[in-house]
Amino acid sequence: MTRNLQWKTYGLLAPIVLFASTGNVLLGKGMKQIGEIREWSPAAFGSLFLGAFSNGWVWLGIGSLLLFLVSFMVVLSWADYSFVMPVSAASYALVPLMSRWLLSERVSSTRWAGVALICAGVALVTRTSATGGATGRATGGTSGGTGGVACGEVVS
Amino acid sequence: MRTALFLTLVVLGTSGGELSVSRAMKQLGELQHFSPRSLVNFLGRALRVKWFWTGIALLALGFFSLLALLTWADVSFVIPAAAASYVAGALGAKFLLGERLTPLRWAGIVLVAAGVAVVSIS
Repeated sequence: MTRNLQWKTYGLLAPIVLFASTGNVLLGKGMKQIGEIREWSPAAFGSLFLGAFSNGWVWLGIGSLLLFLVSFMVVLSWADYSFVMPVSAASYALVPLMSRWLLSERVSSTRWAGVALICAGVALVTRTSATGGATGRATGGTSGGTGGVACGEVVS
Repeated sequence: MRTALFLTLVVLGTSGGELSVSRAMKQLGELQHFSPRSLVNFLGRALRVKWFWTGIALLALGFFSLLALLTWADVSFVIPAAAASYVAGALGAKFLLGERLTPLRWAGIVLVAAGVAVVSIS
């Protein structure tokens, strides 16, 4: 993989991770404002949809997830799916952090353990080349980039 | 039985959808320039690829199966089970897209899947 392609790949993985986690947190915030569903009647679903689509946070969440989809599509135009898929799971590691900061939710130690597992997995995958079927650690020094950034933010 | 069926739909829909989108994007080829114009052009071409729409349909199937499943099953059961889609996706990448997965990449994927499962049960 050329250096240019390497920069492009990591340059797009960052918005993938960021927009996926931001989108989920914003959707979560919006849906919590609407409130828990207590019955599963068509009427209840109707008011749920109405509530969801008149909520600003939900729309921000949808916008964020659309930006995620576009970045995901662009990076897949050259990078391996088996590379992008596990690395984008770093968003699962960012969500507990953002929940803690933005929603003031308590994050359990089990959840932090899961975050650590994800970071370790992402770090391993980024040791393989993003293109051409994972034929070794062609990405070299900066390869820990995404995993390192994600985990660095999580533990700080 | 119903739970197993919907769980299968979630896993197959999600990974099948992403694999199809991946196939469509490979068909388009690498995006070279990041100007707004070439980006719009790229997305426009994507909308004309059959695999892209197959992917969107499968992703929608996976998403709505998940919503349906969540109406009777616990989130703490559903999401860890859906972490299996990382393994399914890796198998699909190998056998359907012909990507070569090194042991290192496999190890990373298994750790990520385990981590996603742990994060969502806690």
